[in-house]
Amino acid sequence: MQQFPCPFCGLRNETEFHFAFEAGHPRPEPAKDVSDAEWAKYLYLHKAPKGKSSEIWLHLTCHEYFILHRDTVTREVLSCDVLPGAEA
Amino acid sequence: MQHYSAFSLARHALSHHKNWQSAWRKADPKPRYDAVIIGGGGHGLSTAYYLAKNHGMKRVAVLERGWIGGGNTGRNTTAVRSNYFYPESVALYDLSLRLYEGLSKELNYNIMLSQRGMLIAAHTPIQMEICNRIANAMQLNGVDGRLMTAAEAEEKAPLVNKSKGARYKCMGGIWQDRAGTARHDAVAWGYARAASAMGIDIIENCEVTEVFTSSGAVAGVETTRGKIQTERLGVAAAGATPGLVQMVGGDLPIHNYDLQAFVSEPVKPCLDTVLLYLGTGTYVSQSDKGELVIGGGLDRVPTHGQKGNLPTQETVISGLLEMFPAFAQLKLLRQWAGVVDVVPDSSPVIGPVGPEGMFVNCGWGTGGFKAIPAGGYLLAHLLATGEHHDISRPFDLNRFAQGRLIDEAAGSGIAH
Repeated sequence: MQQFPCPFCGLRNETEFHFAFEAGHPRPEPAKDVSDAEWAKYLYLHKAPKGKSSEIWLHLTCHEYFILHRDTVTREVLSCDVLPGAEA
Repeated sequence: MQHYSAFSLARHALSHHKNWQSAWRKADPKPRYDAVIIGGGGHGLSTAYYLAKNHGMKRVAVLERGWIGGGNTGRNTTAVRSNYFYPESVALYDLSLRLYEGLSKELNYNIMLSQRGMLIAAHTPIQMEICNRIANAMQLNGVDGRLMTAAEAEEKAPLVNKSKGARYKCMGGIWQDRAGTARHDAVAWGYARAASAMGIDIIENCEVTEVFTSSGAVAGVETTRGKIQTERLGVAAAGATPGLVQMVGGDLPIHNYDLQAFVSEPVKPCLDTVLLYLGTGTYVSQSDKGELVIGGGLDRVPTHGQKGNLPTQETVISGLLEMFPAFAQLKLLRQWAGVVDVVPDSSPVIGPVGPEGMFVNCGWGTGGFKAIPAGGYLLAHLLATGEHHDISRPFDLNRFAQGRLIDEAAGSGIAH
């Protein structure tokens, strides 16, 4: 069992966490000017990076979203961050 | 190509089997090809075979980073089936199953197709209703499928947990008679042998590092074994596909996860079908050697590492033991994982992407092995004609912008 860090709760078992999406994927605004292709890109298209990756994860037990920096090949966790504007 | 037969086996026995030819040529890259396929797994090799056979294109290379069939083609649980929900999916997967049915003869290579049938088992009345819905859908789509009763299901899987306290007591399920298993390595090797015999170059240890374009069209690839010019490029590289498409500035709706599988020690015949339990998400069949081949859901951690994590291992095995308490006595011999390319609607992406002349066949997620003949057939059609086959058209990447998803996770309860 690997342990992942939650910025609010510390190290917890990986089964307490849920991968949400890749970080750095802002929602296009304003909605009325967004084309179908741009919206589909926001909703569906990913990078699936090999190696270093920054991802938004949900800690299921405290229900906070946060940023997890990982290596997708070795599974090593590099660090974690609160979302911009949040405080740990 | 040496023809394989009982006679050739007997003839080679006289020389102590020392004079068999290699099944396929180990080719070196040429500077230019009419088409290049990236990925020497089942899908890439079958694409090459159908390019030569159906479209007469023989100046074709298959580029494989490692060794052929060493990726997900060698890492699955060998099930073949077409018990899906939507008409588009059934057309696709049943094309594949029909091609599999004739494949041993067509390739003169025994892929050990064993159509022992598959049961998707339910344990609640609600699941039985869903099974009924899928069985009806399969019949409407012209594929053999029917609802099976609990008594009949217990006959198919006599060791299944029938005790009073069983948490997932089988109520029956969906049965497909034509489903079964095939020897996964033989599928890759059979296609490689037949493609090589028609003049196709299979180039191993050859990783693509760059894709060249010229005025919006594919011009060639840079590889670890030199530069290759081509105007038609097919990508069938599963989890490596997103990285290859990003070389030309495109993104795909793909996340990579590990899918694990397990093999037990061999035992006498005890399970004569492929069994998937909706309640536990675990599936199991027995190989010809007697080993139980076990699979389950995805590891929910995005990864490119072919390892698999422990919590998922525990979930899959505990699911197996809920279904078959007797299997608790067995030891696991091997465990492995493959990197699967998962799409939000659990359906593949087949079609043009990026520059003119580039096509992908990816996003099969956990279900790529059963789709090998169809994936290759359809990618070959795209590469040769530049146009979709009617069966591949609904699976174009444009379905995401059009909101026309083919959601098999919802449709047939596929857990990927």
